[in-house]
Amino acid sequence: MSTLYLRRRLANRAMVVLSTLATAFGLFWLGWIMLTTLTNGFAAISAKLFTQMTPPPGSDGGLLNAFVGSIVMVGIAVVVGTPIGVLAGTFLAEFHRRSRLGSTIRFINDILLSAPSIVVGLFVYELVVRPIGHFSGWAGGLALSIILLPVVVRTTDEMLQLLPSNLREAAFSLGIPKWKVVTAVLYRAASAGLLTGVLLAVARISGETAPLLFTALNNQYWSSSPNGPLANVPVVIFQFAMSPYASWHSLAWAGALMVTLFVLGLAIVSRAILNRGKVSQ
Amino acid sequence: MNDMSVPMELNSSKPAPDEPEEPIERVRVSVRNLSFYYGMHRAVDNVSIDFPSNLITAIIGPSGCGKSTLLRVLNRIYSLYPGQRAEGTVLLDGQDILSPQYKTNELRTKVGMVLQSPTPFAMSIYDNVALAIRHHEKIHRVDLDERIESALRQAALWDEVKGALQKSAFSLSGGQQQRLCIARAIATEPEIVLMDEPTAALDPIATLKIEDLLTDLATRYTIIIVTHNLQQAARVSDRTAFMLLGKLVEVGPTEKMFKEPQYRETNSYITGRFG
Repeated sequence: MSTLYLRRRLANRAMVVLSTLATAFGLFWLGWIMLTTLTNGFAAISAKLFTQMTPPPGSDGGLLNAFVGSIVMVGIAVVVGTPIGVLAGTFLAEFHRRSRLGSTIRFINDILLSAPSIVVGLFVYELVVRPIGHFSGWAGGLALSIILLPVVVRTTDEMLQLLPSNLREAAFSLGIPKWKVVTAVLYRAASAGLLTGVLLAVARISGETAPLLFTALNNQYWSSSPNGPLANVPVVIFQFAMSPYASWHSLAWAGALMVTLFVLGLAIVSRAILNRGKVSQ
Repeated sequence: MNDMSVPMELNSSKPAPDEPEEPIERVRVSVRNLSFYYGMHRAVDNVSIDFPSNLITAIIGPSGCGKSTLLRVLNRIYSLYPGQRAEGTVLLDGQDILSPQYKTNELRTKVGMVLQSPTPFAMSIYDNVALAIRHHEKIHRVDLDERIESALRQAALWDEVKGALQKSAFSLSGGQQQRLCIARAIATEPEIVLMDEPTAALDPIATLKIEDLLTDLATRYTIIIVTHNLQQAARVSDRTAFMLLGKLVEVGPTEKMFKEPQYRETNSYITGRFG
């Protein structure tokens, strides 16, 4: 008896130590990355960051055009991708929950979810940029929306499936048709989850660089119009970080810090929304 | 199927349960030879029963006896799930509600349902009750306000929420939420209200409030209530039906059922020997 007990205690202790080490290993790199970004980023932050354009080599400047370009393209991606994603997720959860078609679409959606983003960039390059003849913010927004889409599909599907079946039964037993049950009752019940899905998708696309390289490219001047090439934070970070100029380096750090803080903020906000949803249940 | 040890004498010489022993005054729903299948499994086996108008009929029986299934046929809510099907006829005002020609949504405006656990919608108290009315009728705001007040009054909730109609339905207590669900179910003025163990998730005081309410509701609606709670059936219902293993054993006036049941199974169940 006691040897068995001892063995179990030892095995338990060993597992706890191993998993703690694994966690510490993972957190160590995360902490290091965060620390480097924070120290270098905060050192580079100034008021000019939000008031001036990306500078030519060797002179001072900011990232205003890149921030605006990123906001425009992420905005396009959300406006295009969210309705399609929510509708597709509804199709899966409410119309093809257990059908063969449903599981096939879910499988393909999961592939799209993990598709290399550079492939998406090349795809939009061939589809939009080449036929039109120049890089544009529209192409960038479209590429981002393709990356956002499967995230929204997935979360919508899951959040609707999580709703208790008696909620659905209660709504149907009022004699209202399915479209009304979905839009008036189920979307509202799942609203916190749906919103969280969109926020997480925005977090996912706001740091994407590869799909924008082939689509929006970059623009060192002020432009908020998606009809032409558009500056954006990830590509500016990429370009400036690869350059030999110290002033560009510090701007790249500042940009990296802003993207990181933005994503962190989105994560916190979506967590808060989900928790609020739980309390009200 | 672990109730197989229960003595079954359904084929005894006594009158078959599908022939009501005493005539009922006004039959609202008439179920004939109803069988129900979950895939291959038969959950309701050739049941015939009449539900009289403006009375409360309680359906009792052990878990898995098919009582909830029978209830779920009456507003065809089972049709949400593929693989579930009903055979037989269920006549409501002379029409067979199981026929494909009978529109499901029309049926459900005539047959309301209250589920076991409260299911408030994520909207205001007012909108919870207004949702179905707004969908089924073109109605002016003033009339809608009146209808909502009337539904909430009938559900004995008005006095508690009249100042807070725009508050979220989740701000209510469990018992209040269930009364809101009752108000929501009667807001479209159905003929029949189905209740599937409506107090199973509630505390005794909230249960008492809902039981008090049922007698008033029966003046306007035909109520069919499934319950696990025998005392509840005895307290609130006019008639009681006892089901076992998918079959209807007997149905009759509640007092008679509890004092002198015709069948041994009924007697065993109501005296707590199984279930």
